[in-house]
Amino acid sequence: MTHAPPPIRDSNAVAAGNRLAIDGAGVPVLAVDDVTKSYPGEPPVQALRGVNLTIGHGELLGIVGPSGSGKTTLLQLMGTLDRPTSGRVRITGLDVATMADEDVAYLRATTIGFIFQQFFLAEHGTVLDNVADGLLYSGIPLNQRRQQAVGALELVGLAERPHVRPTQLSGGQRQRVAIARALVGQPAIVLADEPTGNLDQATGRSILALIDQLHQAGSTIVLITHDHAVAERMPRKVEILDGRVVADTGAAASADHPLRPLAPIGQPAAGEPHTASGTPGPGEPS
Amino acid sequence: MTATALTRRRLPLADLIRLATVGLLTRKLRAGLSALGIAIGVAAIVAVLGLSASSQAGLLDEINELGTNLLTVSNGQSLTGGTAELPTTAPSMIGRISGVQQVQSTGAVSGANAFRTPYIPAVETNGLTVQAASLDLLPALATTVAQGHYLNAATAQEPVAVLGAATAQLLGIDRIYPAERIWVGGQWFYVVGILKPAVLAAAIDTSVIVGYPAAEKYLSFDGHPSTIYLRAETGRVNAVDNLLAATANPESPSEVNVSQPSDALVAQADAKSALNGLFLGLGAVALLVGAVGVANIMIISVLERRSEIGLRRALGATRGQIRGQFLSEAVLLGLLGGAVGVVLGAASTAVYAHTKHWATVIPTEAWLGGIAASLIIGAVAGLIPALRAARLSPTQALWSV
Repeated sequence: MTHAPPPIRDSNAVAAGNRLAIDGAGVPVLAVDDVTKSYPGEPPVQALRGVNLTIGHGELLGIVGPSGSGKTTLLQLMGTLDRPTSGRVRITGLDVATMADEDVAYLRATTIGFIFQQFFLAEHGTVLDNVADGLLYSGIPLNQRRQQAVGALELVGLAERPHVRPTQLSGGQRQRVAIARALVGQPAIVLADEPTGNLDQATGRSILALIDQLHQAGSTIVLITHDHAVAERMPRKVEILDGRVVADTGAAASADHPLRPLAPIGQPAAGEPHTASGTPGPGEPS
Repeated sequence: MTATALTRRRLPLADLIRLATVGLLTRKLRAGLSALGIAIGVAAIVAVLGLSASSQAGLLDEINELGTNLLTVSNGQSLTGGTAELPTTAPSMIGRISGVQQVQSTGAVSGANAFRTPYIPAVETNGLTVQAASLDLLPALATTVAQGHYLNAATAQEPVAVLGAATAQLLGIDRIYPAERIWVGGQWFYVVGILKPAVLAAAIDTSVIVGYPAAEKYLSFDGHPSTIYLRAETGRVNAVDNLLAATANPESPSEVNVSQPSDALVAQADAKSALNGLFLGLGAVALLVGAVGVANIMIISVLERRSEIGLRRALGATRGQIRGQFLSEAVLLGLLGGAVGVVLGAASTAVYAHTKHWATVIPTEAWLGGIAASLIIGAVAGLIPALRAARLSPTQALWSV
């Protein structure tokens, strides 16, 4: 078995990796090396055919492709929700393939945030509890989870209504709650799957504005979309087709042109940096 | 810090309970209905055990009220197998034992039978016996007359009878009229009273009671008592008991039977009713049906909540944590049903016991067992759904809705 339990240094490396990523040092937040993924069937479905992608700290990139191109599979592998058929996925320097399921789950709890097209909010919980649940599996006590949730709600502009239920909110507001849930643990990387797919255009633009604002505040965000117009706005655009990366504007673009002009909808871009929300470092078990 | 300490995390109990509670509150009606099955089963079991214990307590109370210090001495069998006789002096001898408070006696009048009229065929005796009895018998037996009067010094000399409770029924006499009479041993006896049931001396219930002198005069009774009823001081019952045989018949103590009627009643109270088994069985069936209901609900719940399961995995839940969440939800559902069942069972026991004037007794093993059973049922019924939830792959759960 190559599936050895992670050595002790790995657990320290989780925390160390986070710090490195936050500090902006050399280790890429996410590295995908020659990854393939095939699903069993007759004949087997080749969803990914050798993808290479490196994402550095603080990047905002859009992965764009038509449906069936493999972009969702790529997101699942980057999010450690599935394992590649071959190749390596490293999150903050940690090779997911060498880690046990439980350790990967902890990596997700502390290092990766997810935003989904369908929001996936618990309708019977308050907005605050929905956001606080983003920290449920990272070993933080309830009081502190709620405190951090208040901070995350401020970040997405919903601080005034923490005790309403998601059913009382509009679609855009619900997606803001879901974004707050993804950000509440200050993950090293946020993966967004068609975050504007269920929203009308104006609302979608305000969500994109919010994502851009979070990017400016230091978050690393990967946005998956089938909409080229959305991807065009991203500082870095990766095009995927038939399981292969066919175009990548490159990380440099992100550094040189941190922002592309966005329509002035939603929150003003010049927000406070989100590290000032009074929350401790991400993923550090207390 | 080791890898184990960092990564092998369990959800704190408070979080687990919160998750389970939210899961159930989200589907209140459904959770309530599936807990109902368990509640009915537990209620049935608690009520059966509670009612049985309460009725037993009621019976024991009644026995205590009648007094446990009554002893009876009766003629046993002689060495040759015939019926032995107690000496006529036995009652007065027993009365001299220290600690004896009351001594009363009855003597079976052999050869005499009682009939409603002389026209009844002689074989139809109804199993009734004719007994000569002493005058203060009733207080010693802790019973009284239901109607009319008992014998007194005057009527004990005359052809006058008092009927035991069952005797009156068998002869078809439910009320005392002046000049009411029955045919005893070939002559009319006037009926002056009917007794209430004598719990401690059932033989009295099927007797026609006449005075000693009247029995000797009209029924050629030999005057030997056949049963002596005595009350001893409560603390000295055993001491008196040991002396009775030798005192009653010093010549042949082995021909004397001594017994304590309350003992037999206590033993009877302890005996479990056969119906208890039936009701307990029905309760167990209800519990089983309840368990199937919980399992069914949990499986449906897992199917419906695929996206929640997927989301939780994405938020960093391990398979074990998902399993724990669904298992604790099922256990909570079972416990909820169990608690409601215990309350229902206890309440129905209390109501019934109250109408019967019994003390309400809920045996510890009944309610504790009910709670424990519902907990185990919840865990067993929730196991398979929880395993299915944990097996669900996060990608399938999130992207196949």
